[in-house]
Amino acid sequence: MRGLVPLSRAMLLGFVRDRMALFFTLLFPLMFLVLFGGIFSFDTQARSEVLQVGDVPILDRAPREQVGEVDITRVDDLAAAIDQVGKGDADAAVEQHGDELVLHFSRADQVQAATVQGTIGSFVSAANQAVSGEPPRYRLRAEQVEDDSLEAIQFLTPGLLGWAIAMSATFGAALTLVTWRKSRLLRKLRLAPVPTASIVGARVGVSMLVALVQMAVFLGLAMAFFGLRLTGSWWMAIPLVLVATLSFLAIGLLAGAVTRTPESASGLANLIVLPMAFLSGSFFPLEGAPAWLQAISRALPLRHLNEGMLDVMVRGLGPSAAWAPIGVLLGFGLVVGLIAVRLFRWEAD
Amino acid sequence: MNVVIEVRDLRKSYSGVAAVDGISFVARPGEFFGILGPNGAGKTTTLEMIEGLRKPDSGAISLLGRSPWPRDEELLPRIGVQLQASAFFEQMTAREQIRTFAALYGVPDRRADEMLETVGLVDKADTRTEKLSGGQQQRLAIACSLVHDPEVVFLDEPTSGLDPQARRNLWDLLRSINEAGRTVVLTTHYMDEAEALCDRVAIMDHGRILKLDSPAALVRGLDAPLHISVEAAAIAPADARGLAGVEHVSEDGSSVMLTTRDAQSVLAELARRSALEGLQVRGAGLEDVFLDLTGREYRA
Ligand SMILES: Nc1ncnc2c1ncn2[C@@H]1O[C@H](COP(=O)(O)OP(=O)(O)OP(=O)(O)O)[C@@H](O)[C@H]1O
Ligand SMILES: [Mg+2]
Repeated sequence: MRGLVPLSRAMLLGFVRDRMALFFTLLFPLMFLVLFGGIFSFDTQARSEVLQVGDVPILDRAPREQVGEVDITRVDDLAAAIDQVGKGDADAAVEQHGDELVLHFSRADQVQAATVQGTIGSFVSAANQAVSGEPPRYRLRAEQVEDDSLEAIQFLTPGLLGWAIAMSATFGAALTLVTWRKSRLLRKLRLAPVPTASIVGARVGVSMLVALVQMAVFLGLAMAFFGLRLTGSWWMAIPLVLVATLSFLAIGLLAGAVTRTPESASGLANLIVLPMAFLSGSFFPLEGAPAWLQAISRALPLRHLNEGMLDVMVRGLGPSAAWAPIGVLLGFGLVVGLIAVRLFRWEAD
Repeated sequence: MNVVIEVRDLRKSYSGVAAVDGISFVARPGEFFGILGPNGAGKTTTLEMIEGLRKPDSGAISLLGRSPWPRDEELLPRIGVQLQASAFFEQMTAREQIRTFAALYGVPDRRADEMLETVGLVDKADTRTEKLSGGQQQRLAIACSLVHDPEVVFLDEPTSGLDPQARRNLWDLLRSINEAGRTVVLTTHYMDEAEALCDRVAIMDHGRILKLDSPAALVRGLDAPLHISVEAAAIAPADARGLAGVEHVSEDGSSVMLTTRDAQSVLAELARRSALEGLQVRGAGLEDVFLDLTGREYRA
């Protein structure tokens, strides 16, 4: 394909010399990774803080290793303790009246509320057992389904990476098309003996390269600083990212085809990419979302990229888990790409 | 093949208004063909239809024996086009621009660098194009459109915005290209340029060709009088009016201007009276032809 190499080189130079483009492609999503990674890793390490009001013999008699799961502070004033729990400064307050243990907690942080109830509940069971003198008959052993730890970073990295790739591929395609058309460079290229396939091919190649660089930087950073651990067939994320780039390029070309100025093109790209990122679970999981939202999200390529990456990169599924998302992404790219080609215009008027 | 461009009854209108309204002409191999016309006459539209950038509403175009519409990738390497508004890749230096354009045609870097030298931009080779002056950008755009040594060259107002040196240098370049057998089609607003370069010029207005001939023949056809002026002190206007062959006399304080079609006898008579102080003789030029044909009022 004549012109593929010089056009790719020109696009790549235009990209690496444009500081704003570099920032939004690499640094901006990384800022989110650092931010979210920081917040959530702090959160998961935090132990329950329990205020013990007056004497609570059950706590005093609990086995050492169990008490190790909570931080216990002794206080005297019940009202003040409840107030602290209400404000979120402590997770629960405990008092004991005879044989009854009273636990005061706040619904504001439901995860902590459940954790602290579970822990204190187990203290009570242990105490009951000790009184009856019988060894426990039934025992519960909890085993996590996922490979290793359930740290937030495992779920954050694929989602944020997906968002970063969607953003740079969509914007890259939309802005190249509109800027080149507006500056009349497309007319110049129309006069050169290069097939349109070379222009599109150069954009595809450059965007794929950028996506792979994003992936390397993201995974490298998350592994080095935030303890990301990739599971067995993580490498299947590479073809996933490549076909997803095609889908996002198609969206970008469509946005570039229907807009006239770089400003409106990037506005439209934003309007598509940001809601798509939320609906695809890039920032937080979609498990709790209503069914109709789930249905919409299944029509979005980013959702399939995110799911596919989660499956192979952190859920430890085999390479075959990526086939379905790859198929969907290819189909999406093909359909939207064909529409974009039909709407393609060389000139502004 | 003795015709490079053949245009027959070409028409194009924008939302009902005719920009090009039925023009026909041929350009022969090695010809330097000029299109003159006021703003909005339809010059750019005509060129762009021949280049294959715009689809004519009707009419036929043959360029190097082929049809430029739809886009013909076999034809494109044989033509070179400088557009009225230059366009470049963003964030690239002058050298990178021309090397990129050269590479699109499979032309080596060495030839691109030579071309940069030809248009005098070696000093600016490492400057980003957005930091070049308007005239420098114009020269770079021309260099980019000539880098693949095309058989037919289209230039849309190539010298607008150039300083006198750059203009003369470009003329030399265009002449040498033309002498090497290339066909050149250019539009311009500068009459001296058309007179100096073109074998034939078409004078266009309102989308039509009003006249098409060599500059000399166009001037001759105008049968315009000569303007002879001398210092006001040399001869009184009343005396000047009495000279045989003088059609009209005007004065502007410092000089007296005599209009005549019989320069020989008027000059002889002035010489006899020793009234040649500050003599200037100006014949009609293409500009007079142009103004005579297109009128003097402003165009939209
Ligand atoms: N894309 C367009 N859409 C609508 N009208 C246009 C378009 N391009 C040109 N025109 C109109 O067509 C007419 C001819 O324009 P054209 O650009 O061919 O003139 P020109 O002779 O090149 O003028 P100039 O000397 O100013 O470059 C003008 O009246 C112009 O307004
Ligand atoms: Mg024009």
